[in-house]
Amino acid sequence: MSDSSSSLREQSYEALGPANTLWRDAFRRLLRHHLAMFGAFVLLIVVVMGLFGPAITPYDPNGMDFSDRFANPSLDHWMGTDDFGRDIFSRIIIGARVSLQVGFVAVSVATIVGVSLGLIAGYSTRLTDEVIMRAMDVLYAFPAILLAIAIMAALGKGIGNAMIAIGIVYIPIFARIARAAVLGIRNEEFIIAAQAMGAGDIRILLTHILPNVLSPIIVEITLSLAFAILAEAALSFFGLGTQPPDPSWGRMLSEGRDFFRQSGWMGVFPGLAIFFTVMGFNFLGDGLRDALDPKLRR
Amino acid sequence: MNYQYVLQRLLSAIVVVLGVTIVVFIIVQIVPGDPARVMLGPYASDEAVLGLRERLGLDRPILEQYILWLGRAARGDLGQSLLNGQEVAAQLWGRIGPSFELAMVSLAIGLAIAFPIGMISALKPGSVIDVLATLFSQIGVSVPTFWMGILLVIVVSLNLGLLPPSGYTPLAEDPGDWLAHIILPAFTAGFVSASIQTRFIRSAMLDVLNANYVQTARAKGLAERAVVVNHALRNALINIVTIIGLQITALFSGIVIVEVVFSWPGLGRLALNAVEERDYPLLQGAVLVVAVMVTMVNLFVDLLYFLLDPRIEYV
Repeated sequence: MSDSSSSLREQSYEALGPANTLWRDAFRRLLRHHLAMFGAFVLLIVVVMGLFGPAITPYDPNGMDFSDRFANPSLDHWMGTDDFGRDIFSRIIIGARVSLQVGFVAVSVATIVGVSLGLIAGYSTRLTDEVIMRAMDVLYAFPAILLAIAIMAALGKGIGNAMIAIGIVYIPIFARIARAAVLGIRNEEFIIAAQAMGAGDIRILLTHILPNVLSPIIVEITLSLAFAILAEAALSFFGLGTQPPDPSWGRMLSEGRDFFRQSGWMGVFPGLAIFFTVMGFNFLGDGLRDALDPKLRR
Repeated sequence: MNYQYVLQRLLSAIVVVLGVTIVVFIIVQIVPGDPARVMLGPYASDEAVLGLRERLGLDRPILEQYILWLGRAARGDLGQSLLNGQEVAAQLWGRIGPSFELAMVSLAIGLAIAFPIGMISALKPGSVIDVLATLFSQIGVSVPTFWMGILLVIVVSLNLGLLPPSGYTPLAEDPGDWLAHIILPAFTAGFVSASIQTRFIRSAMLDVLNANYVQTARAKGLAERAVVVNHALRNALINIVTIIGLQITALFSGIVIVEVVFSWPGLGRLALNAVEERDYPLLQGAVLVVAVMVTMVNLFVDLLYFLLDPRIEYV
């Protein structure tokens, strides 16, 4: 009897397929999502630029050539030169690293802190939940860029502080998503079973709840990368992020503002670089959302 | 009427405003080293630094500093600007109007773009218009606001000479000139928020079109036009209020950027100038006023939504 029941169980497990079918199915759906694939392709180019930047720039990104200022795009300078005769294409390649760095560090800060707070809020007592979520409401009351400016005013200019500022600004989004996801599953049978078996709160949060709320968090990470890159560009445009002579896309737009009448290209290419990178993350994020939760698709 | 909802929403707004004051107060407290030294710069004398510390109350315990600051702020006293010695509150007062005008015109432009696109794309799902609308919403949200502003200045103002590239004229002084100055900045902020609103409106309209009462209206033989105009549209209109509520904070974020690009004399530009000049009382005042404004608009929107749809409850 016991032999036949265990073989039946094995057969039914086999029928279910490998344990990671959910993720494999999602990945297959993602591969069929044209816009997401286009986004991933654009991001691949940006990541290559970020990783191998110094090795692939045709010119020194900070090298000046006053005899060749405001050059139009040509075979020598694909995107022209700026007011110091610096090659815009080389500076855009190096700028990719800054954007990606800021994006990834800021979103990591926001994800780690925000998801932790959201998990705790969703799983603990009403009082803890109230305190955490009202604090998140407070951060949410500030327009994102204004809060980032205020934090940078206190911490000081520079790329490191920009990462912290942008990270803090996006904490409430992750806290809200994680909390909502926890509330949706905290009374499920598998959680109650784990509690009944004596599992501690931290173990339940990390091994039972977190894996089940990952989908919306992954989607939000991708979309937040887009917003973080936009925010970094805006802060650098205001002169608060990357400091000269290091190139960043936002800073290039800010430096070129006075010369757009002479050379419109100085205003076009850095903006296009920001636009395509942000679009890449948005397309990929939307594709991930459709792939991970096909019911949401409209 | 569910007055408990109104009361809870009011209490929640008060808690948020109190929290906002704590965050704004902390801005000066987290300045690395001596905030008075940072504000006055490295060449200031020790006497000057000491004087500023006393003037701002930085030598007192932190809780006492906060309570004193909050008490003064509640009476409308936000201190003096370190740069020109003027009352911060007086300087902010002159900037609220331009910022608010820009926000409202941007919102109107955003809705004027998003509403028809979102509606048509929901009425004809899968059509060419729907695909274009989806692309618009995804591409629009990726455009950096300041870049779009710069491009518009280059093309519309510098090359075509159609509209002024920057500046502001008060509405009461010359409405025509006010309009000429506000179009480009409001369009810039409105365009980006329109791309997000389009998605919300499409989604809201699809929900309404799939609702039972719309199916019933169709089943009883009403013309499609009557179904859409009398049944679907009327209910979807309520969602505009929700969309405004969801968008208001993001809209003000865009406004801050636009004010800098177009030299618009609003609170956002004032805040950035304050950062450049290390004028912390002025920065604190500007950030506080914007955050309180956003909280109040959100409260107003929530209460308005409650009036339109009394079924909602406080969660």
